[in-house]
Amino acid sequence: MAQNEMHISFSGLSQNEGFARMVAGSFAMQLNPTIEELSDIRTAVSEAVTNAIIHGYENKPGTVYMDCYLNDNEFTAVIRDEGSGIEDISLARQPFYTSKPELERSGMGFTVMEAFMDTLEVASEPGKGTVVTLKKKIGQDQSQ
Amino acid sequence: MELNGTRNGKTLNIALKGELDHHSAEYTRNWIDAVLKDKSIKELVIDMKGVTFMDSSGLGVILGRYRTLKERGGRLSIKNANKSIDRIFRMSGIYTLVDCTGM
Repeated sequence: MAQNEMHISFSGLSQNEGFARMVAGSFAMQLNPTIEELSDIRTAVSEAVTNAIIHGYENKPGTVYMDCYLNDNEFTAVIRDEGSGIEDISLARQPFYTSKPELERSGMGFTVMEAFMDTLEVASEPGKGTVVTLKKKIGQDQSQ
Repeated sequence: MELNGTRNGKTLNIALKGELDHHSAEYTRNWIDAVLKDKSIKELVIDMKGVTFMDSSGLGVILGRYRTLKERGGRLSIKNANKSIDRIFRMSGIYTLVDCTGM
């Protein structure tokens, strides 16, 4: 049982990307993150939500679900879509790999999520959708 | 996203202001590409000072403009990226392709 949790769903529209990362960041504020930690969370959430919109729903109408949890000093965000899913998750997670080079995607979304968070889990089923779980302990990095 | 371009000979300076994500990427790309139709522009300097947020979608926009400049034998530089944005640039290896100043 999480000590605190928050659940939202929103239309898979690009104008909600900024909204989603702002909401996740605001919720994480309760753990007193540093500016860097907060920026890491906002960036990782933005990547996951953008993936749901571009790759999950391929810009067709759909709903993105975001569940955030605070447990002690750990922030968790679970971002879920009911879109097309990922055929090969390990390929999708490779740096610079993109299934949509025509859209000028950098292929760095999962790499950024991995680098900015402590853990990244991706579960997906073609035709059913994708669930991305991001976790980060706040106050761990003494260098910041 | 707000863009402000200043021309100086073959060099075009573009100052970006706002958040560079997937949502603002298309507008930003179209704006820059419209200006780059002028083939006499050989150097593009992107000033990131006013960019408060960027994710990998923004990186895609910058890499795309790098390719445009490279095709015409020109070059791209980035300046004034904040710490988080700099980290994404480093991760991508973009600094081996573009010049970077004012860190």
